[in-house]
Amino acid sequence: MRVLYILWLRQLKRYFRSKSRIVGSIGQPLLFLLALGYGLGSIYKRAGEGNYLHFLVPGIMIQTALFAAMFFGAMIIFDRQFGFLKETLVAPVSRLKIMLGGAIGGATTASIQGALVLVISFVLGYRPTRWAMIPVALLIMLVLSIAIACFSSGIGSFVEDMQGFQAINQFLVFPLYFLSGALYPLDNVPSWLRIVTEFNPISYAVDAMRWSLIGEAKFGIGKDLIALAITLIISMVFGALRFRRIEA
Amino acid sequence: MIKVDHVTKRFGAITAVDDVTFEVKAGERFALLGPNGAGKSTTIKMLTTLLRPTKGNMSLNQHDVVKNQDAARRSFGIVFQDPSVDTEMTAYENMQLHAVLYHVPSGQIDKRVKELLELVELWDRRDSLVKTYSGGMKRRLEIARGLLHHPKLLFLDEPTLGLDAQTRNLLWEYVQRLSREQNMTIFFTTHYMEEAEANASRIAFIDHGKIIAMGTAVELKKQTNTRSLEQAYLKMTGTKIRDEQVDPHDAWRERHRARSMR
Ligand SMILES: Nc1ncnc2c1ncn2[C@@H]1O[C@H](COP(=O)(O)OP(=O)(O)O)[C@@H](O)[C@H]1O
Ligand SMILES: [Mg+2]
Repeated sequence: MRVLYILWLRQLKRYFRSKSRIVGSIGQPLLFLLALGYGLGSIYKRAGEGNYLHFLVPGIMIQTALFAAMFFGAMIIFDRQFGFLKETLVAPVSRLKIMLGGAIGGATTASIQGALVLVISFVLGYRPTRWAMIPVALLIMLVLSIAIACFSSGIGSFVEDMQGFQAINQFLVFPLYFLSGALYPLDNVPSWLRIVTEFNPISYAVDAMRWSLIGEAKFGIGKDLIALAITLIISMVFGALRFRRIEA
Repeated sequence: MIKVDHVTKRFGAITAVDDVTFEVKAGERFALLGPNGAGKSTTIKMLTTLLRPTKGNMSLNQHDVVKNQDAARRSFGIVFQDPSVDTEMTAYENMQLHAVLYHVPSGQIDKRVKELLELVELWDRRDSLVKTYSGGMKRRLEIARGLLHHPKLLFLDEPTLGLDAQTRNLLWEYVQRLSREQNMTIFFTTHYMEEAEANASRIAFIDHGKIIAMGTAVELKKQTNTRSLEQAYLKMTGTKIRDEQVDPHDAWRERHRARSMR
């Protein structure tokens, strides 16, 4: 427990000490909320779908948490380049614990950033219909973040440099995000694309968030939670196996 | 304590360690000496589970280093040749994290950290981020951290590189004491022959990945018919200067450091 705690704490300290990360984690979602929220809001309404901000905020929360959690994999690459990774790799602690401590820390900072989005959107006039479910929404975001942080540590373990890591981000994570229904409904897409969205773990996280905050779910909360659990388990196994084999 | 049995490590076309066999007994202070690029750090990295050998077996404290990594890791501590502190944390935080990773009991952490940071004269700067430290201070922190817990076996990979004479002395005194009072096994590399002669109970010369001689300082001098360890070393390894081929990560670090110093 002490080991998990100290590694978790390191991620939090490093986040709160980095002004550029804090500014980025507020600035980017704010930009998305303003640009998309105001830009597409009227079109959305005209299409008869109702309040776009309602629909958008859970998606932007997931977006923020998703990419912030992916950043944990980049931390592993930095730690390797700066040499600190060796210190943890030779310690008399199982590599699983080393990875989990950091990943849960990275997921915590990712969820804090997602929660900040919710606060920002309050200021912009967003009002969830189910206030009491906000803790559930945050918990869902944390679980997704842990899964993504584990996944990204797996990637960070075998990609040699940041370029390789960014390539994975761009060719895998971005497409998954755009096909998750976070920004726009995916009801009228061709059937092959629908299959992609139905195998996309991010879709279920977005759906579960909408269920918590505005009481609307496409797949249903039961299906969402099962999908999230499966995602968490697969990511953890993937991350743990890759991280075990890391050489420095 | 350490068993290395016909171990080879290749990086692509480079054979960094070439069919090396040796043993180190509990309580020994063993020095591995050789020119740049001879394969010393690679040997230590394999022994400490950071690299997997291409061929051969190695064990620490009876635990196979490849098959039983977790158990092997419980046996040793290490001071790396390359930087390995988190520069975005303070010295105290680096020490504290290390203490927890190595299961130092909570009640002892503060006392031990204070003792070691005072030893290397960094106690007054304990709450500064390590990125504000000079190169020598960072090195001292690495040393202090390596000595924070007391393992059965301690690896020191060129621990005194870039240290002033005072700190070098302090380090060796401390290490000698650990070796004497706790029967700790010490495995080290250094470029200072007088350090090896003064502190090692046994010495191996390694060149081009191969062990070319092994014995006490007296035996090595006798074998080569020389009067100092330095002469014995030069006689065996030749006087030609070696260019170390650069590890890509180190090269990156070097560039980055150069940039951040501007
Ligand atoms: N990660 C690596 N990739 C490729 N070559 C390496 C790597 N690490 C070490 N080497 C090479 O292996 C040889 C031995 O290096 P090393 O063990 O660091 O030498 P020493 O510590 O004795 O100076 C050198 O030629 C070095 O360039
Ligand atoms: Mg070396």
